[in-house]
Amino acid sequence: MKRRVALKVVGATLGAAAFARALAPLAQLRDDANMDEFLQKNYRELTEEQVGDVIARLQADARKKYGRDDITIKDPHAIEGVEFGYALNLSMCIGCRRCAEACHKENNHDRKTNNSYIRVLEMKQGSMDMGQGNADYDHPVPQKGKYYMPVQCQQCDNAPCVKVCPVQATWKEPDGVVVVDYNWCIGCRYCMAACPYHARRFNWKKPEIPADEINPNQGLLSNRVRPQGVVEKCTFCLHRTRNGQLPACLEACPTGARVFGNLLDPKSDIRWVLENKRVFVLKEELGTRPRFFYFFDV
Amino acid sequence: MKAETTAASYPRFLWRMFINAFDGTWKFYVWMFALTAIALVGANAWAHQVVDGMTRTNMSDHVSWGLYIANFTFCVGLAAGAVMMVIPAYLYDDKEMLNVVIIGELLAIASIFMCLLFIVVDMGRPDRLWHAMPVVGRFNWPMSMLTWDILALNGYLLINLHITGYLIYSRYRGHKPNKRWYLPFVFLSIGWAISIHTVTAFLYSGLGGRPFWNSALLAPRFLASAFVTGPAFIILLLQVVRRLTDYPIGERPIRTLTYVLRITIVINLFMLASELFTMFYTGGSHLASAKYLFFGLHGHSELVPWAWASLFLNIGALALLFVHQRTRDTKWLNIACVGAFIGVWIEKGMGLILPGFIPSTLHEMVTYKPSLTEWKITLGIWAAGLMILTIALKLALPVLTEKVRAASADAEPADATAEE
Repeated sequence: MKRRVALKVVGATLGAAAFARALAPLAQLRDDANMDEFLQKNYRELTEEQVGDVIARLQADARKKYGRDDITIKDPHAIEGVEFGYALNLSMCIGCRRCAEACHKENNHDRKTNNSYIRVLEMKQGSMDMGQGNADYDHPVPQKGKYYMPVQCQQCDNAPCVKVCPVQATWKEPDGVVVVDYNWCIGCRYCMAACPYHARRFNWKKPEIPADEINPNQGLLSNRVRPQGVVEKCTFCLHRTRNGQLPACLEACPTGARVFGNLLDPKSDIRWVLENKRVFVLKEELGTRPRFFYFFDV
Repeated sequence: MKAETTAASYPRFLWRMFINAFDGTWKFYVWMFALTAIALVGANAWAHQVVDGMTRTNMSDHVSWGLYIANFTFCVGLAAGAVMMVIPAYLYDDKEMLNVVIIGELLAIASIFMCLLFIVVDMGRPDRLWHAMPVVGRFNWPMSMLTWDILALNGYLLINLHITGYLIYSRYRGHKPNKRWYLPFVFLSIGWAISIHTVTAFLYSGLGGRPFWNSALLAPRFLASAFVTGPAFIILLLQVVRRLTDYPIGERPIRTLTYVLRITIVINLFMLASELFTMFYTGGSHLASAKYLFFGLHGHSELVPWAWASLFLNIGALALLFVHQRTRDTKWLNIACVGAFIGVWIEKGMGLILPGFIPSTLHEMVTYKPSLTEWKITLGIWAAGLMILTIALKLALPVLTEKVRAASADAEPADATAEE
């Protein structure tokens, strides 16, 4: 009987040791662990002052990590009387994917994966069926018999991604932009399953960007370098657009296919397009009510 | 002898249970050692995944759920099926069946633990788990179906822990369990079992952007297939328990469960056929996922052998059940149970999750095959689930057969035997 007890003690000790050994890799996380970050509340519950503290912390971390003192993180708020809308002229788009590239740089995407919030589909003339389209084309553009359809977040007014998020880590801002609190997202990826437009991306690992390629003009809810394990998405470049600039994808477009502006301003370009062109939205039948419109010129 | 108070006896009860959990024959040690080893391999793989990120999996922005969520879905079915099988027991007041109810409930507990583990390993930020807790976090209830699932699964776990815990503790003390303290919960747990699987189906079927899942038939199909896996697993489990312990398990429960299985396999296949008919006869782009699953699409046919294997396993299991009905040879029954179990595991796991993502919402063909890390973690969780089940049975059965009981219980043996 005694031998049995002794064996059990040995077994239990070995078991505990094996368990500790199995989970040992977690110790590497100690350097990154931060109690303030762990206990940080949802963005919408933070006071103005607390947001300031969060920004100060994130900015100091980013400056230290990349050795660049010009990195500034701001938190521009939605402007009263502004609701953003975006329209894209499919007759003009040539499929050059410069918008996707501009997005990649502007939004501090991981370099190796060549990530971008925009995917450009090469579509067959005479068909609106995405099943006939191809996003992986690798040839000179534009091709005969094809047209090109860039797809990014449609900033839906009835957004399935916002609806399904179990922790309210993603929501719609007053100016119509759907944002993600990167410090609140639990990484369950239910929003990615819910999105009908493949608009959301996940940080499968820590994004890697050479220090000299970092875009230092960063927004707390937009293009700051995201942590590992959270979901991100297009924000209509709110760190630019809420300061009167245009989205990076629009500025990069060589054909002027993209039109962006304030839907509430009757004199805006976007309003002119909506009033004078026969616009349509993607997957209208799903009832998502996008703020992103497409049209053909001819 | 004076009966002890609960305050005195409960800690002692827990201590004895703890000791019993680590005491057994050499077969028990070998079994537990093997499971522990597999579980630790899984734990280690998970630790690496947490550090390096989900890049260790083969999931992508296109196929953003994979093996983990597939197994999660299947385990919810197992948990629900384990308790739904008690419906006939109470409906027909089948006394022998009541004996095995507790085994079903213990299986439900183990399955729910597995569900919760599969969710945790699928999370990009397990450190933020508290965000998904009611009150302390920011719970998007009632909008998000995932919050419903969190409530349903944890509630189900608590109900079953209460029922089994109460029954075992009463028996340990030699009391006759007070029906008021467990019968309402048994009925609650039956209803709740249906709800956990319905809510899990709604998680998928509520997504308009995924036509493969966006079907009103999904929840009924989930229930039907849960009624297949639950009884199939328990038929096998009862035979194991009967062989390894002297817990009284008659022929009746197994026969009842076989009846249930025979019908539910047919219903499950019928619903699958309805679904397939609607998709294939209608055609159009909504067909793409089903076509990928059964015939391959644009040169991609990774799931085709799995899909057909699942179909043949389910049909084969049904055929074998009829062979068993003729020959009364348990061998056929057991093969049928294994076949049906694996068939549903494919159908409701990878066969359901992956076609939801392939082709993607922009109709891109990005395929997926689980990585080694994903397999290690998945096997580890299954091993952990089997450990929980083994220990639960090992604690419960000796108490229920009155081999382990409180010293004070000897004073009132009449009560203990009078139960049921």
